[in-house]
Amino acid sequence: MHPIRKKRLTIVLFLLVGLGIAVGLATYALRQNISLFYDPSQIAAGDAPQDVRIRAGGMVEENSVKRDPESLRVRFRVTDFESSVVMEYTGILPDLFAEGQGVVATGRMGPDGVFVADEVLAKHDENYMPPEVKDSLEKAAARAEKNTAQSIPEY
Amino acid sequence: MRLMWQFFHKLGSPKWFYGIAGRWLPWLLISGLILSLAGIVWGLGFAPKDYLQGNSYRIIFIHVPTAFLAQSIYIMMATAAVVTLVWRMKLADMFVRSVAPVGAVLTFLALFTGAVWGKPTWGTWWIWDARLTSMLILLFLYFGVMALAAAIADEKSSARAVAILVLVGVINIPIIKYSVEWWNTLHQPATFKLTEKPSMPAEMWVPLLMVVLGLYLLFGWLAFVRMQTEILYRERRTQWVKAFVRP
Repeated sequence: MHPIRKKRLTIVLFLLVGLGIAVGLATYALRQNISLFYDPSQIAAGDAPQDVRIRAGGMVEENSVKRDPESLRVRFRVTDFESSVVMEYTGILPDLFAEGQGVVATGRMGPDGVFVADEVLAKHDENYMPPEVKDSLEKAAARAEKNTAQSIPEY
Repeated sequence: MRLMWQFFHKLGSPKWFYGIAGRWLPWLLISGLILSLAGIVWGLGFAPKDYLQGNSYRIIFIHVPTAFLAQSIYIMMATAAVVTLVWRMKLADMFVRSVAPVGAVLTFLALFTGAVWGKPTWGTWWIWDARLTSMLILLFLYFGVMALAAAIADEKSSARAVAILVLVGVINIPIIKYSVEWWNTLHQPATFKLTEKPSMPAEMWVPLLMVVLGLYLLFGWLAFVRMQTEILYRERRTQWVKAFVRP
């Protein structure tokens, strides 16, 4: 390669590496601001600010959704499989809201440790499958459960 | 290796490229149209629906290819920018100028289809999470490249300025790609990874892949057409263009 071109290529590479380091450090320093939400273990550890509007997100725990029969109020537990936080919300939930699904809620932590949300968004995961496959997976799981239940020897 | 360098040096001649591009055009257009149309008809009409989202997931067949290509085009532009800066090749600069508007349109389409899908699925059109914001920055980068390319009259300094801007902006691409892994975002992680099986069945990902490949070919076609125009304009004072335009 021509020496002038080699020099130019070195300058370009230096530019890219330097820029990469600068942006990497900046985003690393700002990581908490770039993250959209706090997860329940961060809230439990006290990393989330109190009495400020924050976003909290995680998975809606199975069998934790309790609806108020009189109003649109709903309470549920959100977990990251380490800690969990109880959330309260009044309003219409998005279509994808369900137990076992991810949510991101905006609101503040109340003094009683309940997160009062004024907006709940559903978080979708990267998995897609046809309904029939989902059905057969569930049936297979149920069968497997039954089989293990039967395999315990009786006296 | 030797052959590759020979090919690379031939790229220095816009006249040579003009002829090659013309020969490729019909094949790119036909194969691109067939692949992408077949993929879209299959994906939108016949692929099974999703167990959770029902039919609304089908926007993936537009959203993913446009978002994919929008980033891919930027990487190609950055490669061309290095060639401009190091080898001072005119054709590389012509490529950057010709495809920047295409990239901008595709980025806009990705943002737009994402918003249309986000409203029923997430419950909001827009959220300032890392993936959506970095994708918006990509759109502004494309606008910036287009504006800068048009702002400087002198060809050589314009080429260099545009190349530097493109190169500085390329840092945004890994940020877009890994935003969903580095930070908590509302946007889900990638369904397709190079190292793993896609987390969707074949009757969903095959049409999706067809649209992606088809869109690549259509992009190639459009890039070549636009580059030919750019070549004729930039080389308008040369003998071969004069002879070509007014035989």
